[in-house]
Amino acid sequence: MSTNRRPDPEQLLRQLQAEEQYFRRGRLKIFLGYAGGVGKSFRMLDEARRRRERGEDVVVGAIQPKASPEVDALLQRMLVIPQGNVGGVPTMDVEAILRRHPQVCLVDGLAYDNPPGSAHPKRWQDVEHLLSAGISVIATVNLQHIEERREQVERITHKHVTETVPESFLRNADEIEIVDAPPDFCLQRGSNPSFVNGPGSTALAPQQLSELREIALLLAADVVDYQLEAYLVRHGIHQLWGTCERILVCVSPYADAAKMIASGRRNADRFHGELFVAYIDRPDMTPEERSVLERNLDRARSVDARIEALDGEDPADAFMQFARSHGVTQIFLGNRMNQSWWDRIFGRPLDHLIRAAENIDVRVFPA
Amino acid sequence: MSDSPHRGTLKIFLGYAAGVGKTYQMLDEAHKMKDEGVDVLLGYFEPHGRKDTIAKAEGLEVIPRRKIEYRGALFGETDVEAILRRNPQVCVIDEFAHTNIPGSQHGKRWQDVRVLLDAGINVLTTMNVQHLESLNDQVWQFTGIRVRETIPDWVVKQADEVVMVDLPPQALLNRLMRGVVYTPEKAQQAMENFFKESTLVALRELAIRQTAHEVDLRQSVQDETQSAETGGEELGSTVSPRARSPECILILITEDPSSAALIRRGKRVADYLQAECLAVCILPDGSLQNIAAAQREAVEKHMKFARNLQLEPSVLQGDDVAQTLVEFARSHKVTQIFIARPQQKKWPLALGHGLVERVVRLAHDIQVTIVAERRR
Repeated sequence: MSTNRRPDPEQLLRQLQAEEQYFRRGRLKIFLGYAGGVGKSFRMLDEARRRRERGEDVVVGAIQPKASPEVDALLQRMLVIPQGNVGGVPTMDVEAILRRHPQVCLVDGLAYDNPPGSAHPKRWQDVEHLLSAGISVIATVNLQHIEERREQVERITHKHVTETVPESFLRNADEIEIVDAPPDFCLQRGSNPSFVNGPGSTALAPQQLSELREIALLLAADVVDYQLEAYLVRHGIHQLWGTCERILVCVSPYADAAKMIASGRRNADRFHGELFVAYIDRPDMTPEERSVLERNLDRARSVDARIEALDGEDPADAFMQFARSHGVTQIFLGNRMNQSWWDRIFGRPLDHLIRAAENIDVRVFPA
Repeated sequence: MSDSPHRGTLKIFLGYAAGVGKTYQMLDEAHKMKDEGVDVLLGYFEPHGRKDTIAKAEGLEVIPRRKIEYRGALFGETDVEAILRRNPQVCVIDEFAHTNIPGSQHGKRWQDVRVLLDAGINVLTTMNVQHLESLNDQVWQFTGIRVRETIPDWVVKQADEVVMVDLPPQALLNRLMRGVVYTPEKAQQAMENFFKESTLVALRELAIRQTAHEVDLRQSVQDETQSAETGGEELGSTVSPRARSPECILILITEDPSSAALIRRGKRVADYLQAECLAVCILPDGSLQNIAAAQREAVEKHMKFARNLQLEPSVLQGDDVAQTLVEFARSHKVTQIFIARPQQKKWPLALGHGLVERVVRLAHDIQVTIVAERRR
């Protein structure tokens, strides 16, 4: 499946620049959990302990106010940079950390709004500062604080969160580690200070925790997928392998594709994959054909598919090319493309496409 | 997800490679249980000479392995009888996917574990995502390795809990280089093969997605139980997004080697869609007796494989495979037919005359999925 393309100079330059920047910056590692009490802080401090045993210079930059006894025990043995103070509010002392300049700095709780008058409004921006100064950071964050997932999480928890971290910050981390545990484990430990036992709140039910857990895992999978692509680009590997299902629905100006698009959406959701809807853009469509196509595309928009206009003499070829270059794993198409100009010129395109679709499943829908 | 109220619960620690810390985390949990007064013991433990893991096992009661002689050498396997006699609350069994040495009571360790569960013993175990049967082709595609020790998906589905043990690939590679996972020579060899960073990243993503799927599955089971408990009146009025889908998938089994991948793929899609799944094999005589030995052997192998995935294939009589297949599909209200995409050289020259093309034409009212031969 791999094609060895010759790298162009532009690309090599970008690669070099990326590498240079990569070596100057500190490394960012994030422990991601789906709720309080899954053990993120413990895992972070445990890693810090191991790193210190290996001779790394590790300090604690920020800690959560309430901690479990296990976390406290680990903290006792760490060097903690005392909090600074901005306008009477204690906060992570970025200047002091920069002066101390450790190899690694721990930041427990990435989502935090700094008091007015701080150098940066958000703590993740402080972390960015430390990284660009060449200090590596290990941090923790909970799902509910990821900006892009906030609404989804709020629908489950009915709790409003104001302090957030953009998902792009997570994506650009060097490493992300999931701290997974079954919901009953969180409930048992009951040490969910900020989340489950927040002020005036009631604990979350196992069902809610389980839904959060699924969202967190899928978020992590997306981040890992993004990192895989970045890795492949960095190493000049042009290889497409899907661990993620990508469905391409081919629509035409000749038949209503409502069922196919709906099924595409359902399947993409079930597999937590991506949905593309593609069509061949031909200037010589009749008004009727144009309106059928538009109806299909409206349908595609309404289910939030990625819509692509393709051109090409041979439709089967155009769809196949798109599918290959986008790592598509399943192609959906209708069984009634045969009453058109297509057939007359090329023979039944369906047959061509099925024959050409190596490595891709083809699903043919009844007319 | 238990069959009887006395059945033990099964918890799986799922990873994506050796050395991510599955056993360590499982032992950690065993210790926590012991501290809480739970009667827990080690039924089978595979230290692989790893210092941290060996240290972690200290203080836990161990059931010695049962010695089995095979071809003049002694092997140690899980002593199921001894565990049953000792009857603990919780038993720790490492490496769920392990194949027992011939002469053992069961061929597979997961079968040993089922015996313990049936006896009401709770089990903690470990496995890697690549051991899941339905992912076998996909894993081969990006690793180049055919994993031989696999676990049928339904066995994992019956676990009460699947927990992901995560470690970023770079950290795993560091461990490997520090000699934590394997001896230096073996580590070097591993890094040239399975432990390439890009492979590890892909496997890890697969493991995360699989865990998300397992979480999702358990939610729908909960939903179903809940709606059953609240009575049937709102069934049908409110359509739950997780309601069992009305889809039914039919897989065509042939003697072609592509059948194995087809069965895996069809079954996996059916599992994801929570659809019913059927399989047929169509022969001129409707029987395996009168076909050539090589063909019979291949068909039997594929049917056995299907049964292993809890899929009972029917053997149908028919001279015209395409027609028989579509008629069966229609009479069984199948919504999707799964057939394999033949190898390039096996397509007939004329377009439209291959089995696949004929099925597509005949099944004008049913969806047909042509499953690709995955190639590297």
